[in-house]
Amino acid sequence: MPDLNHSPLESAHQALGARLVPFAGWNMPVQYASIIAEHTAVRTQAGIFDISHMGQFIVSGPTAEAWLNSLLTNNIAKLAPGQGQYSLMLNDTGGVIDDLIAYRTGPNDYFLVVNASMIDDDFFWLAAHQDEQVTLRNESDLWAGMAIQGPLAAKIFAAVCPADVLPPRNGFATTTAGTIVCRTGYTGEDGFEFFCPNDQAIAFWEQFLAAGATPCGLGARDSLRLEMGYPLNGSDLSPDRSPIEAGLGFFCDLQKPDFIGRDTLARQKSDGPAVKLTAIQYSGKGPPPRPHYPVADSSGTVIGELASGVLSPSLMTGIGMAYLPSAFSQPGTPLQIDVRGRLFPATVVKKPFYKKPNP
Amino acid sequence: MNIPTDLLYCSSHEWIRLDGDIATVGISDHAQEELTDIVFVELPALGRSLDAGDPTAVVESVKAASDIYAPVAGDVVEINPEVETDPALVNTDPYGKGWLFKIQIKNADELESLMDPAAYQAHIS
Repeated sequence: MPDLNHSPLESAHQALGARLVPFAGWNMPVQYASIIAEHTAVRTQAGIFDISHMGQFIVSGPTAEAWLNSLLTNNIAKLAPGQGQYSLMLNDTGGVIDDLIAYRTGPNDYFLVVNASMIDDDFFWLAAHQDEQVTLRNESDLWAGMAIQGPLAAKIFAAVCPADVLPPRNGFATTTAGTIVCRTGYTGEDGFEFFCPNDQAIAFWEQFLAAGATPCGLGARDSLRLEMGYPLNGSDLSPDRSPIEAGLGFFCDLQKPDFIGRDTLARQKSDGPAVKLTAIQYSGKGPPPRPHYPVADSSGTVIGELASGVLSPSLMTGIGMAYLPSAFSQPGTPLQIDVRGRLFPATVVKKPFYKKPNP
Repeated sequence: MNIPTDLLYCSSHEWIRLDGDIATVGISDHAQEELTDIVFVELPALGRSLDAGDPTAVVESVKAASDIYAPVAGDVVEINPEVETDPALVNTDPYGKGWLFKIQIKNADELESLMDPAAYQAHIS
């Protein structure tokens, strides 16, 4: 495996007996003991994920707001300092380059967290459109990251950072120790994403574990995000698919000034997209659905393939998402998933697949 | 690692237990540990005729689907319905309740190609 990047937490993962696999150019833990146990820990208590592979960009300057607004789908002008939002960066034809979270950290300052696999592409795209009054810095190599997720996440934060207060949902804060904490995640649970200099990573990791967080790998991260219907770039998002087709219109502000990709979104919004990323759930039991399995209509005609799929540990049944002709995207539509030549009945459902039980 | 001494093993991590010309087939403790949480098992049709090395069953974890191969040629004479309803039996009791299928052996000479416990131990270490 050529030139894999190594997380500053790699030795900690090895000490815990993790299985490390190449992911987005990084050697990352896919699981420690059991994906299902890790998944359940996040749903019922708290888990910790190494997200050191993710990228961080710093954007600042007097025209930073207008510049970012011309490159991202969501309206960054709505953010007050300390607030963040999910957003997408599109190519000229409205396809997704990357999905990211943009935080406003000051009147003219922003912190972007992007996917590991897209750090170089994103930076190249931003630099190619750079505004001379904006400073763009790639700090991805400086920051280690951990996501602490689950109902006990706030208690764990209080135990490790007693002098600090967690920001509200989607918020950003700098702690007294100079680390960054964001009230965001990729699991559907309460939680936070924590960024610190690489050389402090092991110490914080151990403190979060001692405070009760269960180490969780990429396997649980995938099943948790898919239960919420959250997209994964490279699987559910691609340069050939727009956020309207991906069902992410909520994060695209067509009222704000022009941005790259807007024309496609406006056209698809008025005409209706030809295809939609559709949530599909097995009607009964069946083998775990996986990416690229064909999706057929009730008569057996193949109409698409799964972009993502997993056996949901919370629902104990197969779930997946596929780009399907819009006529097949209505909840209740009967479909079939082709697993090694056998068809298993499934139904279009509304996202999220998993809804938190009332306490 | 649990490697019972009364079984024969394949390099692809199946075990077989012989009772006359009937061979019970499952996967080793090492294999279930490598595969992790088994969430689905697909078994062969009764009566199916197998050649040695045929993909015969599928064992699926959250992350991967793995083929299970016929250790020797024969006909499928019994399958274990309990692992279809409770796939985790393959993890918790791989040599007992987690067995997968039984075949009636066609050619006992093929058993010569399988590994004894010591050879399998060496194979996985």
